[in-house]
Amino acid sequence: MIHDTFALIYTGDTTPLLRELTLSRSVAAVPFGGRYRCIDFVLSNIVNSGIDNVGVIMQKNYHSLMDHLGSGKEWDLNRKHDGMFILPPFMTKDNAGVFRGDIDAIHAVMTYIRRSTQKYVLLTGSHTIFNTTFEDMLKKHVETGADITIMYNIDPKFNPEDQNRDLRLIMREDSRVTEMEWNPYRPRTNARSCDAMIMEKKLLEYLIEEAYARGDSDFTRDILQRLCGTLKIYGWRYDGYVARLDSINTYYKCSMDMLNVNYARDLYNHEHPVVTKVKDQVSAKYGPNSDVSNAMLADGCVIDGAVSDSILFRGVTVAEGAKVTNSILLQGTTVGAGAVLDHVICDKNCVIRPGRSLIGYENFPIVLKKGATV
Amino acid sequence: MKKKIVAMLLAGGQGSRLGILTSHMAKPAVPFGGKYRIIDFPLSNCVNSDIDTVGVLTQYRPLALNAYLGTGQHWDLDRSSGGVFVLPPYMTEKDGRWYSGTANAIWQNREFLDQYDAEYVLILSGDHIYKMDYHKMLNFHIENNAAATIAVFRVPLSEAHRFGIMNADENNNITSFEEKPKNPKSGNASMGIYIFNWKLLRKYMEMDDNDPNSENDFGKNIIPSMLNAGEKMMAYPFDGYWKDVGTITSLWEANMDMLGTTPVLDLNDPAWRIYTHNLALPPHYMDKTAKVSDSLVTEGCVVRGVVQHSVLFAGTHEDINTEILDSVVFPNAMIGKNCSVKKAIIGENVVIGDGCTIGGPLREGETVDNRLTDDITLLGNDVSIPAGTYIPQGAVVNADTLHLFTKEA
Repeated sequence: MIHDTFALIYTGDTTPLLRELTLSRSVAAVPFGGRYRCIDFVLSNIVNSGIDNVGVIMQKNYHSLMDHLGSGKEWDLNRKHDGMFILPPFMTKDNAGVFRGDIDAIHAVMTYIRRSTQKYVLLTGSHTIFNTTFEDMLKKHVETGADITIMYNIDPKFNPEDQNRDLRLIMREDSRVTEMEWNPYRPRTNARSCDAMIMEKKLLEYLIEEAYARGDSDFTRDILQRLCGTLKIYGWRYDGYVARLDSINTYYKCSMDMLNVNYARDLYNHEHPVVTKVKDQVSAKYGPNSDVSNAMLADGCVIDGAVSDSILFRGVTVAEGAKVTNSILLQGTTVGAGAVLDHVICDKNCVIRPGRSLIGYENFPIVLKKGATV
Repeated sequence: MKKKIVAMLLAGGQGSRLGILTSHMAKPAVPFGGKYRIIDFPLSNCVNSDIDTVGVLTQYRPLALNAYLGTGQHWDLDRSSGGVFVLPPYMTEKDGRWYSGTANAIWQNREFLDQYDAEYVLILSGDHIYKMDYHKMLNFHIENNAAATIAVFRVPLSEAHRFGIMNADENNNITSFEEKPKNPKSGNASMGIYIFNWKLLRKYMEMDDNDPNSENDFGKNIIPSMLNAGEKMMAYPFDGYWKDVGTITSLWEANMDMLGTTPVLDLNDPAWRIYTHNLALPPHYMDKTAKVSDSLVTEGCVVRGVVQHSVLFAGTHEDINTEILDSVVFPNAMIGKNCSVKKAIIGENVVIGDGCTIGGPLREGETVDNRLTDDITLLGNDVSIPAGTYIPQGAVVNADTLHLFTKEA
């Protein structure tokens, strides 16, 4: 049945709450977990489920995303039949090229949707991260005779400052969704959408055409919320670890969750490997003075200083006498001798000159933009 | 389609001096340097030298090697014109035979080279660790208008008796060749890397094939007969890092050469990447109790104890209170609590129970068969060491010999 499903990933989300990390890239391309980008998780979930027709809708700042995905080879999606389709915005007579929202974006790729031969469609975003497969969800969807099934989890954390695209499902005992809250001021439930839903392709076509004709733009607000009473919408509960990269605070917190063995084991599930673009770097090299504890490090790192409670992406260099604590250093960051970093997020290729020190706080980490030199 | 140069990689050797490491796989498939296998080096050198057609000649235990090569995608060798080809021995309508020697392996695959109408053929072997631009060597070959060019590496005279020695004049013309000479005249050791003009080599190979007394070997037969015939043979001096990893000791040493602040063998070189089959593993994790120095650690590892001057391959798990010193740990090994591992090579998927000592000093009256290992302790692939086992230094442990070390307990 899952083979009769294709997937559509919407990567148009941007959020100012991710600050410097989304200056030059979409949320889908934000690096996460030491060597991945957000989209690796959703894409690997899709491939591990056995779905091999995937459309990736791109919107703004999609250069780094396209560079990352390439032909889809790393995910075994470079196929003659189906495979991965990159769907960037384009201009036609009735399409301005710029999307007002996801309804516009999906409408613009209607040709791809019509041409896909599968019966079901899995619609996902890209900034909610978890590791699962979708077979059981689809099975349940067919069993209940639902129009739409939405994956959710129980997330008791709520901080209005981090709120971004927060969809809450109010359900009956049998998981039928009776009401939805969109960025609620005082949420009535902890059931939060994981930004993945299944429906029949025919229904998606109908809903999009109808909403587009009305001039609607937002799938969640103008379709799901509006039609909640008329459509049979069901929830499908996911109990594993879910990371929502809504804001820099949640990004920081979820990254640090990866230092917890239980969360890490859940997200980097051995049976469902998370696949990413390969860089062919050497193993991480520890020098004679290195002192590393409670840290996650990717290949290509060269460490001769002290690192604790931190996440180091590929090719990070920490020189002798430098001290890195509670920090996230993205690919290619260089920390000079004797420098001190605490509660800092460095985007790619930052340079911290010898002896400099940067100290942030847990609820306000310092964020350096890509290529910054301190 | 015509190719200027085609590489032929001799990967058929058993590598008997690597003992149990090669009991289930050919030597080129042996892991090296944290995330590589030996064959990654010649293959990456080919790709980095713009050579896109490589024949890999296999004979001994090819399964691991074939599976590893796949379509060549990991080295960017999945080409529609050229690419990587596995060339095993085959049957013909008349007969079929194993590769009887290095030259015979090429001779049996002459049709492969003919189909590309190759102008030059590059012969490589699958047991050396080095980074080399073969294109520079080819240019040298062409500039000198040579019939054959042999890459040489300068070794001290005292060591020269272990190598094939190419004596050359000041213009690098080879004057004579001696295989493992007792009284070497020079230290120009052959690296087992040759460039020939294919049409000419084909002629000499045909003659060699008709000679019933020949061993069909490049070093023993082809090169001497070309020299005797007065062909222009050049020695191409190479002065980078080069190591034959055909023995346990040299394999261990070459791994250790990657450590230190300025390592002898530095693979962290974006201009000359060594490509390999990358596994989809998360970054490695250093626990609060970990203490690591002067080591290489690869993705997928979990370290909870002490690691010093060692190389950990992908997926190694080390538990608390355990110490790993001067060792090489192949992929997916699980090492329990309270263990001590010293100067050892730990095979793939090895499981070591709690409280084991690997590579401890020989106890009174104890002897081990260390002909291949010297003082390095070697645990073969897939072996499970029960908790509390004491394995003395130099021992070789696999499923067959494990009982020698456990019965007393």
